[in-house]
Amino acid sequence: MFFFLKLIVRNVFRQKLRSALTAFGIMVALIAFGLLRTVVDAWYAGVDAASASRLITRNAISLNFSLPISYESKIRQVDGVTGVSSANWFGGVYISEKNFFPQFAIDAASYFALFPEILIEPGERKAFLHDRKGALVGRKLAKAYGWNLGDVVPVRGTIYPGTWSFVIRGIYAGARKNVDESTFFFHWDYLNEKLKAIKDGRTDHVGIFFVGINQPQRAAEISGAIDRVFKNSLAETLTETEKAFQLGFVAMTEAIVVAIEIVSFVVIGIIMAVMANTMAMSVRERTREFATLRALGFGPTYIASLIFGESLTISLCAGILGISATYPLVDYVGAKFGTLFPIFVLARETVELALAAAFLVGVVAAIFPFWRALREPVADGLRSVG
Amino acid sequence: MKPLVEVRDLCKHYRRGEQIIPVLVDINLTIFEGEFIALMGPSGSGKSTLLNLIAGIDQADSGMLRVGGVDIAALSESSLADWRATHVGFIFQFYNLIPVLTAFENVELPLLLTALSRRERRDHVDLVLGMVGLQDRMAHFPSQLSGGQQQRVAIARALVTDPTLIVADEPTGDLDRQSAEEILDILEHLNREVGKTIIMVTHDQRAAAKAHHVRHLDKGVLNDHDAAPPRTTA
Repeated sequence: MFFFLKLIVRNVFRQKLRSALTAFGIMVALIAFGLLRTVVDAWYAGVDAASASRLITRNAISLNFSLPISYESKIRQVDGVTGVSSANWFGGVYISEKNFFPQFAIDAASYFALFPEILIEPGERKAFLHDRKGALVGRKLAKAYGWNLGDVVPVRGTIYPGTWSFVIRGIYAGARKNVDESTFFFHWDYLNEKLKAIKDGRTDHVGIFFVGINQPQRAAEISGAIDRVFKNSLAETLTETEKAFQLGFVAMTEAIVVAIEIVSFVVIGIIMAVMANTMAMSVRERTREFATLRALGFGPTYIASLIFGESLTISLCAGILGISATYPLVDYVGAKFGTLFPIFVLARETVELALAAAFLVGVVAAIFPFWRALREPVADGLRSVG
Repeated sequence: MKPLVEVRDLCKHYRRGEQIIPVLVDINLTIFEGEFIALMGPSGSGKSTLLNLIAGIDQADSGMLRVGGVDIAALSESSLADWRATHVGFIFQFYNLIPVLTAFENVELPLLLTALSRRERRDHVDLVLGMVGLQDRMAHFPSQLSGGQQQRVAIARALVTDPTLIVADEPTGDLDRQSAEEILDILEHLNREVGKTIIMVTHDQRAAAKAHHVRHLDKGVLNDHDAAPPRTTA
């Protein structure tokens, strides 16, 4: 066993440049694979973070149409509902358009009750709740723009006109890794007061309601009950689980996500061909050696252990190196994306998939050369010139 | 003396498209234990093919071939591989050593197919490398050895399992005269002193002179009568 391991390792280093370039190719492919899969995961991060015990109620026509705030008390009365909160998408611009981050006007007290995964220091929570112009920002967002408590942040409204000034009163963290830490929250009351002052038609309206339920398995039934309450009203509602709501957003860009997924697997296919070529050349050059081994009495198992062993050594070593290099690269790329992808981390599933791909590349690349080495008659192989 | 190799009406042909090319035609040959036979003949006469058939690395189309009483044509591929590992020692024209293994490791290679312990393997390898005079080159890789030294490693590899039969295909074909003499002396010694049966394919009259009998092949036909080894002047 040890003898064959030694022979496999020495065979790997026989053509150092070729083995190194092949390993480098696999490394680059797996890094690309890891990054692309991480982008896809980032796209679905909101879906993964969605709670099963929350529903979202919106205007049945589209998200562009709001709902009266008065609906809140009616929703609260539906059987199975444990809490209701609301939010408006603000869509403001901080300094320039490239500084994108989500901004929501919320009813803070009820929102925190429904979103326990948002962690705030008690002091900061109190300060935010007591300051009408206060803002609560995620840790990642604060870090990205260098904001500290007490800083004044001017935001130019695009949906709600004017320049709005907020004071950072709290910085929240996520209770889990997949909680978005790049959102900007402020008080819905502040927004509503300003709209009232200019007699805007959107006064006393909200974009969506968050609905807490006590039994996730009754989500469909409760959703139906809520929507029945507002049937034939001026603003009919559509209630769905938070996961379905998030999936609706992803569906809008599904073609891009699918394209990225396809490319990530095409990359693996290409490197499989490169590795197969390397192994084919390597085995072809050693036709006489394999024939000699067979003449000496070594059977297919030994020949297979040499060819598959060499192929797997290259692919798995390159795979481990590639995955190791992907971690810092994902951190770097995630930082470059800024708040565009709130959750940008290399998932364990991606690492496992990359390792499986490296293994598969090693196995597939060795199949044809092995078959060919065995198919060649020993006497012919002994005559071959390497 | 008992017959070791018995060949009766052996035929072998190659097919090139529609054309059938006979390589060996009705070969009849008996080689006794302890004999040293040289097979001679022009290129393409079929001598290497006959050697490969006797060594069990090629298949005849018809006829009977027994080595040590075993009908090797009837063996399955895996049984034949096991049989070769135990009964045949190979010496090739271009040595066929594994370049990434040292002389010691190349000789140890066939012993991996036996049940010997690591220590026993080492003792066997030490012994045969000593027999070919390469004790001081054990840790050298083939590229660090001369052609003659490489062929001596190959002879050690052929000997290490103590096979019944040694087949040598042009063992001196790639060597200078002095190295060739050394190799032939080792083969002669193995035959005379150790009693090994050797079948050697060669073009070299000097090499054939070391054999007890010389058989000539021409266009796949073996001459009926043994020829006396040619006399050469050194």
